[in-house]
Amino acid sequence: MDSKNTSNTVPPSGPVPGSPDSMSGRSGGSTPVFPEDYSVRKRRSQKAAFAVFRILSLFIVLILFAILGFIIYKGAGVISWDFLTKAPSDGMTSGGIFPAIVGTLLLMLGSAIVAFPVGIMSGVYMNEYASRGWVVKFIRLMTNNLSGVPSIVFGLFGMALFVKYLGFGDSILAGSLTLGLLSLPLVIRTTEEALKDIPAGIREGSLALGATKLQTIWKVVLPMAMPRITTGLILSLGRVSGETAPILFTCAAYFFPQLPTSIFDQCMALPYHLYVISTSGTDIEAQQPIAYGTALVLIVIVLIINLLAGLMRRHFEKRLKIK
Amino acid sequence: MKRFLEKAVKWLLTASGFVTSAVILLIIGFLFTEGAGLFREKVIEEGYVLALNRENPVRKMDAAQIKAVFDEDITNWSELGGPDLPIETFRLEDADDYFSEEELGSQYENAGSLIASLVASRPGMVAFVPETLIPEGADLNFIEDSSISPAEVFAGSEWYPTATPAPLFGMWPLLAGTLWVSFFAILFALPFGISIAVYMAEVASERVRNFLKPVIELLNGIPSVVYGFFGLIVIVPLLQQVFGLPVGESGLAGSLVLAIMALPTIVTVAEDAMRNCPRSLREASLALGATKWQTISRVVIPSSMSGIASGVVLGIGRAVGETMAVLMVTGNAAVVPTSILEPLRTIPATIAAELGEAPAGGAHYQSLFLLGVILFFITFFINLCVEFISSRNRAKNS
Repeated sequence: MDSKNTSNTVPPSGPVPGSPDSMSGRSGGSTPVFPEDYSVRKRRSQKAAFAVFRILSLFIVLILFAILGFIIYKGAGVISWDFLTKAPSDGMTSGGIFPAIVGTLLLMLGSAIVAFPVGIMSGVYMNEYASRGWVVKFIRLMTNNLSGVPSIVFGLFGMALFVKYLGFGDSILAGSLTLGLLSLPLVIRTTEEALKDIPAGIREGSLALGATKLQTIWKVVLPMAMPRITTGLILSLGRVSGETAPILFTCAAYFFPQLPTSIFDQCMALPYHLYVISTSGTDIEAQQPIAYGTALVLIVIVLIINLLAGLMRRHFEKRLKIK
Repeated sequence: MKRFLEKAVKWLLTASGFVTSAVILLIIGFLFTEGAGLFREKVIEEGYVLALNRENPVRKMDAAQIKAVFDEDITNWSELGGPDLPIETFRLEDADDYFSEEELGSQYENAGSLIASLVASRPGMVAFVPETLIPEGADLNFIEDSSISPAEVFAGSEWYPTATPAPLFGMWPLLAGTLWVSFFAILFALPFGISIAVYMAEVASERVRNFLKPVIELLNGIPSVVYGFFGLIVIVPLLQQVFGLPVGESGLAGSLVLAIMALPTIVTVAEDAMRNCPRSLREASLALGATKWQTISRVVIPSSMSGIASGVVLGIGRAVGETMAVLMVTGNAAVVPTSILEPLRTIPATIAAELGEAPAGGAHYQSLFLLGVILFFITFFINLCVEFISSRNRAKNS
């Protein structure tokens, strides 16, 4: 705490009474400071400030490792082949989480089908077609706003539009559409940013060779931007895999042990399963290991996705350097 | 043919460009139509009436008074502007206390007239019964039913959406809970967020940065339900022990979890802003003999203040809208919070917890959509702030 104070009272203009100044033995008030003293003090305060930063940064790393370590430690013992491939049984107190894994993968796939084409096209439109000016500004404002909309509001909206108004009922279709809309802003933004980094000279070169605008985009620009776009797409899948609130009322089933057979079926999903199993149920004690296991599987999915995205990014950066 | 294709694709792309705008409009439209329906609903549960004795002059009661009467918090008509007379409440399920089964009839066919005569004979009685049960021309007075008023909803401090005869939709406790938890979350996250951002942008070596960056990304990627689970299993019992609380689920637990969740947003945006601080500013400061820390604290941080601010505001937005983690650790008591150590309840958590049980189209259902509207506009406003800050920043930089 003291060290932080030091860093904050560096201003040479008159030390505050009780500030570290008095600690260093000089209580001169507003007399001018001696240069050598001053330089010692400012070096000391720099050291103190940087130490604080380092400690706080270390703290965040510790938090991450605490969360990961705790869940891996508690969950690792639960994971078994049966746990991953069996349906829950005995009122959710034993058995596995296979239907939830399948449900989450289906929802990821469904949201990808909804969000990827529309999102990429929207990004292409904003970077390649739309005239710079209020149109792009307006769309970007709306996209940013959409990305800030809380996930529970997506849930409400999905329920009102897809479940009730369009009559899809609680179904994989309604859940995928809701999750797709949720991940749309992320897809658009990464597409736009990836396209922006393609130098204009490349487009001009293609156009100069007689290619049309569409040909240029399809054969030159998009392939070049694809690695970065894909990285963004993978990350958006990661976000979708962990979302609970949007599927609470559009898709998720508390208990649906058989696998869904059509897109109008409900399905179980990992995040929702973790929620219900850790907060409600007949036998919380017996459910706890299952909750740890479910959390671990969720975390592993997120880790894999982040790792994949990181590898892709690095691979792409390396290729750029070679060029 | 080729030109036609070009045109078609262009139209397709243009159309998809406006999808997000359309979604925003649809969200507003759907949430509003459902939410605004609340103000067309009657105070007293649909299909029911509150019947009074003929001699009772009271005609009007608002929802809070009705609830107080049936909870026996108000026990005398004089408190409601009537005569000095004790209140007797009557619900349909009380019928067995007053009449025998034979009197009521096997199908309750006599219940209506019996209740009507009972109320007519007792001057202090108020009966909550289905409208269809009361025989026509019964010698009774009825409380005038009115629509639910916006003042009751937005300023009301009691949230009892399933109370009978008159549910209460005072949203103030939920709004206060949301703001309270978010405020503390940001308070906790701010020193950490800024320090880490400064450290990553200015102090750390390339190697440390390359290690911290994925850490932040992972923290951002962990699903909120996992944070909630972690909070429930680890933080909640910990707080219960440390502060000696009756229940560990509290606003503080929610704020701590939210602080961790808001950190990555604050760090990423603030760090970006500091990295974009022009090199010449830094060099000028260093050339004047300032140390690195002086340069950071008096040049870099002030000049990237707007970026840091948008990071913080985005963090607030994330905290306000977070659902699952908060739902799992805050204890969900719908009371206006007076201390951060008490259980409280936020708007998103209320929607998530209650929408499943609210019958579609009813007042409760509509009130949850209205909460959605409020939440949407809070975050919409937050986003506009961020947009405003960063556009001013862009104008300044160029």
